[in-house]
This record gives sequence, C-alpha cells and structure tokens, in this order.
Amino acid sequence: MVKEYRTIREIVGPLVLVGETSGVKYDELVELELPSGEIRRGKTLEVSGDTALVQLFEGATGVNVSNCKVRFLGRGLELGVSRDVLGRVFDGMGRPIDGGPSVIPEKRLNINGSPINPYARAYPSEFIQTGISAIDGLNTLVRGQKLPIFSGFGLPHPELAAQIARQATVRGTGEQFAVVFGAMGITFEEAEYFISDFKRTGAIDRAVLFVNLANDPAIERIAAPRMALTAAEYLAFDLNMHVLVILTDMTNYCEALREISAARKEVPGRRGYPGYLYTDLSTVYERAGRLKTSSGSITQIPVISMPEDDKTHPIPDLTGYITEGQIILDRPLHRKGIYPPINVLPSLSRLRDKGIGRGKTREDHADVSNQLFAAYARGKEVQELAVILGEAALSKEDKAFYKFADVFEDKFVRQGHDENRTIEETIELGWRLLTLLPKSELKRIRQEYIDKYYPEKVEVS
Amino acid sequence: MNRETKGTIIKVSGPLVVAEGMTNARMYDVVRVSEKNLVGEIIELRGNKASIQVYEDTQGLGPGEPVETTGQPLSVELGPGMIEAIYDGVQRPLDAIMGLAGNLITRGLYVPGLNREKKWNFQPKVKAGDRVVAGDILGTVQETTLVEHRIMVPPGMQGEIVSIEPGSFTVTDVIAELRDGEKTHHLTMMQRWPVRKARPYKEKLMPIIPLITGQRVIDALFPIGKGGTACVPGPFGAGKTVVQHQLAKWADAEIVVFVGCGERGNEMTDVLLEFPELKDPRSGEPLMKRTILVANTSNMPVAAREASMYTGITMAEYFRDMGYSVAIMADSTSRWAEALREMSGRLEEMPGEEGYPAYLPTRIAEYYERAGRVVCLGSDNRIGAVSAIGAVSPPGGDLSDPVVQATLKVVKVFWSLEDKLAYERHFPAINWLTSYSLYHDHLRSFFEQEVAADWTNLRLEAMALLQKEAELKEIARLVGLDALSPSDRLVLETARSIREDFLHQNAFHEIDSYASFSKQYKMLMIIMHFHRASVEALGQDTSIEEIARLPVREEIGRMRYIGEQELDKLESLRKRAVEQVKALTEKAEAEV
Ligand SMILES: Nc1ncnc2c1ncn2[C@@H]1O[C@H](COP(=O)(O)OP(=O)(O)OP(=O)(O)O)[C@@H](O)[C@H]1O
Ligand SMILES: [Mg+2]
Repeated sequence: MVKEYRTIREIVGPLVLVGETSGVKYDELVELELPSGEIRRGKTLEVSGDTALVQLFEGATGVNVSNCKVRFLGRGLELGVSRDVLGRVFDGMGRPIDGGPSVIPEKRLNINGSPINPYARAYPSEFIQTGISAIDGLNTLVRGQKLPIFSGFGLPHPELAAQIARQATVRGTGEQFAVVFGAMGITFEEAEYFISDFKRTGAIDRAVLFVNLANDPAIERIAAPRMALTAAEYLAFDLNMHVLVILTDMTNYCEALREISAARKEVPGRRGYPGYLYTDLSTVYERAGRLKTSSGSITQIPVISMPEDDKTHPIPDLTGYITEGQIILDRPLHRKGIYPPINVLPSLSRLRDKGIGRGKTREDHADVSNQLFAAYARGKEVQELAVILGEAALSKEDKAFYKFADVFEDKFVRQGHDENRTIEETIELGWRLLTLLPKSELKRIRQEYIDKYYPEKVEVS
Repeated sequence: MNRETKGTIIKVSGPLVVAEGMTNARMYDVVRVSEKNLVGEIIELRGNKASIQVYEDTQGLGPGEPVETTGQPLSVELGPGMIEAIYDGVQRPLDAIMGLAGNLITRGLYVPGLNREKKWNFQPKVKAGDRVVAGDILGTVQETTLVEHRIMVPPGMQGEIVSIEPGSFTVTDVIAELRDGEKTHHLTMMQRWPVRKARPYKEKLMPIIPLITGQRVIDALFPIGKGGTACVPGPFGAGKTVVQHQLAKWADAEIVVFVGCGERGNEMTDVLLEFPELKDPRSGEPLMKRTILVANTSNMPVAAREASMYTGITMAEYFRDMGYSVAIMADSTSRWAEALREMSGRLEEMPGEEGYPAYLPTRIAEYYERAGRVVCLGSDNRIGAVSAIGAVSPPGGDLSDPVVQATLKVVKVFWSLEDKLAYERHFPAINWLTSYSLYHDHLRSFFEQEVAADWTNLRLEAMALLQKEAELKEIARLVGLDALSPSDRLVLETARSIREDFLHQNAFHEIDSYASFSKQYKMLMIIMHFHRASVEALGQDTSIEEIARLPVREEIGRMRYIGEQELDKLESLRKRAVEQVKALTEKAEAEV
C-alpha cells in the first residue's frame, strides 16, 4: 500500500515541499491528487529528514496546500514501450494524444536511462546522405552522431530538419530511418508542419512523436526529451533499428530548467541558467551513438534557437561543448534568399573524417571539402576587405576568390526544399566551383586527385 | 579496524548525501552508502554529520539508510595491468564493468583496478641480503612490448631483503620479504596510494629537454619541456581534443595517461579503436602499448568526474617514479572545475567568481604542481618526469573565465585556440601571436645541440615576420595593399607561407599528422632561405609578382606531404627554391 500524505507545506513555482514524510527516496516518482481527482506527476529533488522537495512535471495551477494528496511511488518516471509506439503521437509525458488506444507496453523503462559504458560504444562511421550539399559535402553527418542545428527565430530550421528526416539514408542500403520527434514548447503551426510533412511522405508510419506545445505548461518540457530518447533507445538497441531523433527546441527545455533552478534559489550560473546545465544537457545529448553489441543506432539532431542569434549564449555554447559539431543557420544568407541558409564556416561535423573517403563516399572527398572551406573563407575575407578598399583595389587572385565565394553560396549552398543531391553530385559540383580559382591555389588537394578529378573545361557562372 | 563507523543518511540531494552518527569518520575517507553499496567520499565533517559525494547515481536513496566508512582514503591500485586499461574516474575497469553489467553502467558494481587472476613474469633485480630503500627497484615485469614495469620498494619502507624469487605471480602474491629491524614486510607487486596526495620524490629539476610532439606549431614556436605544464583553452570545436589526441599519439613520452574528464563518450571510443592500430614512430609498436585511459564522460556521475583527474595523475606519478617520462592529458579541466562547483553549491558554500568555490585556484595549482622533472626515490637517483597538459573550455571561449585565469597563473605554456582560425580550417587553430612558452631559455641548448645551431635564430626570424604581418595587415586595411612597399609585400607573402605551409598541419593526413624535428627544421629553413634570397632579389630589380609566380612556390605548398623516409627531397627543394630566385636576378641583370 502506498502511503498518502496531506502535508504539503509550501508551493513555489513548480516546487512542492511535503512534510512529515518517511521512507521517501531521492528522484522518486510522485503523484499529486487534486481535490477534483485530477493527477499531476512530479519527482523528488531532495529529501532531508522528514521533508521532501518535489518538482512537478506538470503545471502547479490548482494545487493547494490544504487539500491535495501526495503519493510517493517508489520508482522513477517510466515510459511503456513496444513496437506499437511507431506511428503514434504522445504528449510530453508520454500519454497518447492522437485519439488512438494506449500502448500495451512490452516493458517499462526509466526515462533517465543509464550512461552508456564508453567501452561498449562502437564508433560512428557510416556516412548518412542527407542530400544537402552543405551538410554532406562539408559537414557530413554519420550514423550515431549528435549534430545540432543552431538557428534563430524565423529561420527555416523546421524545413531543414524535416528535409533531413525525409531524405536521410545510408548509402548502398536504401534503408530509411525511424524518426523519433520530441517537440518542446513549439507552436501548433510548427508541430503541424512536421506532422503533415511526415504524413505526406509516409514517414509517419516509422515515426514516434512526443509533443509539448508552446501553450502547454513550461515545466512539462523537462520530461519530453527523455521520453523521446527512451523510445529511441528501445527502437535502436532492442529492435536494432536506425533511429533519427529530432529534438526541437532545446532552448525551451533549458528555460524550463532555469525556472526550476530559480524556484530552488540556487546560485545561478551565466545568465541565470543553473551551473549544472552542462551536465544536465549531456544526459540528453550523450544518449546517441552506436553499440558494439547492436546493429541499431541513434542519430540526434537537436534544434537550438539562439537568443539574439548569439552563439556564445549558454544554451548553444554548452550544447556545442557536448555535441559532435553544429550546423549553423545564418540570417544574412537567409536574407539573401538562400535556402538552406547554412553558414558552412562556423558549422562543423567532427565525425566527418571518419565517415568519408574511399569506400564510404569518394577518396577525394576530404581534400575537396577542405579546399572549399579554405577558399570560401578566403573569399569572405576578401569580400570584407573590398567593402573598405573597393573592388578595384583587389589583386587578380583576390578577385577570383571574391567571385568564388558568391558562386559557392549560390550554387553549392543553395538548393531546393525537395532537391536531393547524391554525394557524387555534391563533390562534382565542388570541383566545378574550384575551377574558378588558379590551379596553384588548390594547396589542400593532393596532386594525384587533381590529376584524376580536375574537371576539363567547364562553365561556371 | 575499530575506526570504522556506521551512520545513517539524513539527506539526499543529487550526488550529495549527508549522514549523521559519523563521529569517528575522517575527511576524505571512502564510504559505502546504503544497501546498494554505492561508493562515496567524505568531503565535509561537521560535528557528527558527514557530507559525502557519491560516485554513483543516487536515485532511490533516502533518509534512514546506512552509511559505513571504510577508514581508507580514496586510493588507486598501482602495479602491472594498468597499461592499455580503460578506467572510470575511480579506477573501475570499464571493460570488466561491461562484462558484468552489459552496455550501460549500472550501480553498486565493485571491480578492483588491477586484475587479481592475471599472472605476471617477475624478474628480480636484487637478491636476498641486499639492503634497499624506498624507490629501489626490486625487479621488473615486461607489462607490454613497450613498457617494462619496475616493481619498487613502496615509499616509507626500507630494510634488508630476506627472500625474493623470480617467477609468475599475481599482483597479490608475495614476491619479496623485507626486514626492517623488528618488522617484516611482505611485498607484492601492487601498491595503493591515496589519489589526493602527491607521491614523494627526492628533488625537483627544471625541464631542459623538449617533449617532442611532432606538431610544428608546438615544437617550433611554443614547445613544452619534459616535466612541464601546458594548457589549451579554446571555445568548442576549436581543436582542444585533437591537439591532446595528437600529443597522446605522437609525443615522445614513454607513458601516456589520457583523462577524458566530463567529455564525450565517442572520443574515448575513438582512442580505444585507433591507438591499437597506430604505430609509435620510434618503436613501431602500437601506441596503445604505452597508454592508460581514464574515462569519466559528461553523463557519468559528476563526483567521479571530480576524482578522475587525481586518479590519472597518481598513476602518472607512479610511472614517473620508475624513471619514465610520462605525459598526462586532461580533457577538460573545466568539467572538473564544474564538478567542484556543483558539489560546492550543494554544500551551500560561499560562492566565489562565477559560482566557483573560493578554493578553485588552489586546487588547480595543486594539480599542476604534481607535474615536474624529478630525481626519483631510490638509490640510483634516476630521473623521471610528468608533463601535464590540460584543456580548458571557457564559456563562449572567453579567456577571462576563472578556470582559464587560475590555470594561466600556474602553467608555463599557453596554446591559445581561436575559433576564427578554426572556421578558416587553419589547424591546429593555435594563435601564433597570443600563445607563449616560457621554456625557450631552458630548452635552448638542447635545440641548438640536438637539432641545429641556427634553430633559435630561424624561429625568432619566423616569429618576427608573423608579428610584422599583423602590423602590415592593419595598415593594408586602412590604405590598401598597393600602398605597401615591395619589401613589405614580401613580408606578407612569406608570413602567409609560414602560416599555410608550416604552421598549418592536418591531424588526419597520414603523413602530415606527425613531423620529426629534422623535418620541421628543414621545412622552416626552406621558407626562410627562400625569403632571404627574395629579399636580396628585390634589392636587384626583381618584382614581387615575379617571385610570387615562381613554380617552386607550389612545391613549398606541398612539402608537408614528404614522408620521413625521404627528407633529402626537402634539401633539394631548398636548393631549387634559392636557385629559382637567383635566376630571376640574373635575368633582371641580363636585361639591364
Ligand atoms: N589539427 C587538426 N587537423 C585537422 N582537423 C582538425 C585539427 N584540429 C581540429 N580539427 C577539426 O576540428 C574539430 C573540432 O576539434 P576538437 O574536437 O578537438 O574541438 P574541441 O576544442 O575539443 O571542442 P570541445 O570543447 O567541444 O570538445 C575536429 O573534429 C576536426 O574536424
Ligand atoms: Mg574536446
């Protein structure tokens, strides 16, 4: 029999202090019953003597000190999983919201998961073709990677994330990914965009959605990403599927965390975010990867909207410190009408070099990619200089780089929403652009590849 | 032991557990928490209340559960079996943990740091009747093809050998008996040492030999000495981990300890997969044969992350005591500092800067002080060294961060990684203007005797050009390139060549990844000799454009890909470079 308490002492924001408790454990699931019979859930954040501090997962509206009942359930928050979660839509707490029946679980899993033993990991090294040149060519995604999209308000990250989900395949297998979609505090329109895109392409049958909308209580965002990852781990490591997890928007998740921290009166870290934000985010992002003992994988694409487009804001900053690179969307490119507005220079895929080259993509991929980066960087530098000195003052070489940068944005980065380029097309395109430069400037490419791949007479403009 | 005490949990808050009834417990004692048998360490004592940091997840713990101290401080086991191992922050072997628990790290697992079953072939170096002191080598075990493990008399012991035998032993078998007056010590191949205490040595010496890393920007411009300290701060993605991996791979240390402290799981997997495949450029043996890994990744318990740096450095000191040159990399010290901050916050200590505890600078200094070149204990006065290199991950890459500042106060080498360089894919993204090494003077005679008499001059000349470049670029920004004199234009050309053809180094290119001193010297010489010849040519009516167009420039751009076996190609390239410039002057003269 679970003991019931009517001893709520204090309610501060999402925190509830319960007195006269005994036998309560740390990080235990709590049920709060309102006078109406409605149940809210929470977990213990701290137990000290005979008091327990409870953090609600659901809003505190309607909770009061005198007539709520509290029950401690002796286990953590769990998600029931089975193969039938595919094709379903749940709320941030894992309850179906698509009108379908509840899932008969094959097992119940604690949503916190446990850290993967580094010794048990297999290294991500299989190239994922997203069909997007700025990613495949320069910031290559591999199976088991965690690669966030750093975006800003009004930038087309939903389109990009959906395009990746739609087009991603591992070459040679044609195998498609199961998609786990975790939405935290996004608008109804944005959620609808994803759902209808998944429906349009049939992806919905191999997708699971956990949706917390902007008008749902902020606090429910805490559980949503962990629900999503628990489902993903089950699909990947129990059912050996390849899973693509999209978490959007992690900024909203972090804000909910800040709210709890403020209510606890913790010493705040930078910009009011808790000092343990790094550790907390790592327990989300590190739940990606591959295992030696399973053929499945979890590839994570979290979306972060950068407040004021500032990459040094704690949320993108700490994310970048944990993930294996980042894809950065850029407002000036967006204004120029370029989709996807990926600024390749500050973007990075740290696992690129393990996923490309002979037998994976093409032997010259790394060199071409390095050369494109270097040339575009120099072109951008020249363009800045030209603003001050005027184009006329540029040397002949500099003018070539100037032009290269423009053409690169227009031909290489820009592509259609449904344009799905093969990796060969992307590399060939890169070579064609490089012919805009003097051959002697191609220092990052091995001579043998220049001999083999340098295109004969091409027209680029 | 009668000091053992049992207490009762009264509070659980994340990794912090408070227990009462702990009157006889001591600071830093290891405790067992609850029936789940979790490991923790006492970090504060007040009256009969002990605050304990728990090295495992505390979910499901609550008031009323028992706590028991072991009466021992947090220690590591030192002996054969550490090389090639991968440990968590409190020296639990992760491979054995996987054997017990599968893919995920679960709680309450106890596995000793050293394998108890494995037998090692022990060869004595002393015989019965010999007098020995602490640090003397009793015998050796060939632990791996690269490492001879020297079994030493533990600190604090001495006496006469009563018996010692060669043979095959486990780490707990007695290999020697030592009589010290009335007492007889039964020595095994294993020692235990508390991680928070530095291991003793006789005397500290200045680093005078460079740690050769094969990374040009480091060895040529900002070298670290064996026994020295260095830090690598930089924003995310700037290349801290790659620099440290490169050092772990190529540095000419005899033992490498790599501590993955609060960083990515995949990075440890990377090392585990790659190091057994890579060959040590000196011995041709797999690099893993000299490497120890400590992996407490970001999602593993935060208290064990705090311990991991100490676990690592204690193992490093132990191999130093054998007379080896050891290099320890910690990636990232910021995550360790954050673990300190988290525990400090839960203890409700008065926060200092950015919420870090006031004792952060002291802790950082204590850590780096454990590096050094030393005369080891033992009668042979052998010399060993620990070189310590730490990554720092400041928020937003901002160097005013307290961890960066406290680190810069103690370390002698600063490799400053810059995101701007990383965006341009100039790797290693070490800024050549702001980085520094305070070891130049100590290492100077080594460089001049072992590398080349003009090494220092070449380096200074190259540095001066890079400085000049920065100034000229400022001017060019205001008035345009055309306003610069031909000799200034030449400075820009050469500085670009130093940056692109020498400092830039691709860690993932099979040849470029490592450059011996001799290759580095020859490469730098080519650039500087080409420059000198060009200066002369400019004085004789040759134009800067003509020099820039010389075909040899392209060859210089590719010289990095010349393998270590064919370095004479560099010599002929140097000659060609100088000759091509001379030919321009001759042509100019002929035209006149
Ligand atoms: N010497 C190098 N040669 C080639 N590429 C490099 C080099 N150094 C860094 N890189 C590139 O930069 C990426 C990021 O480097 P790294 O992982 O070392 O960054 P970091 O500073 O450790 O970042 P974090 O703080 O997030 O861990 C690498 O994945 C690689 O693509
Ligand atoms: Mg790193």
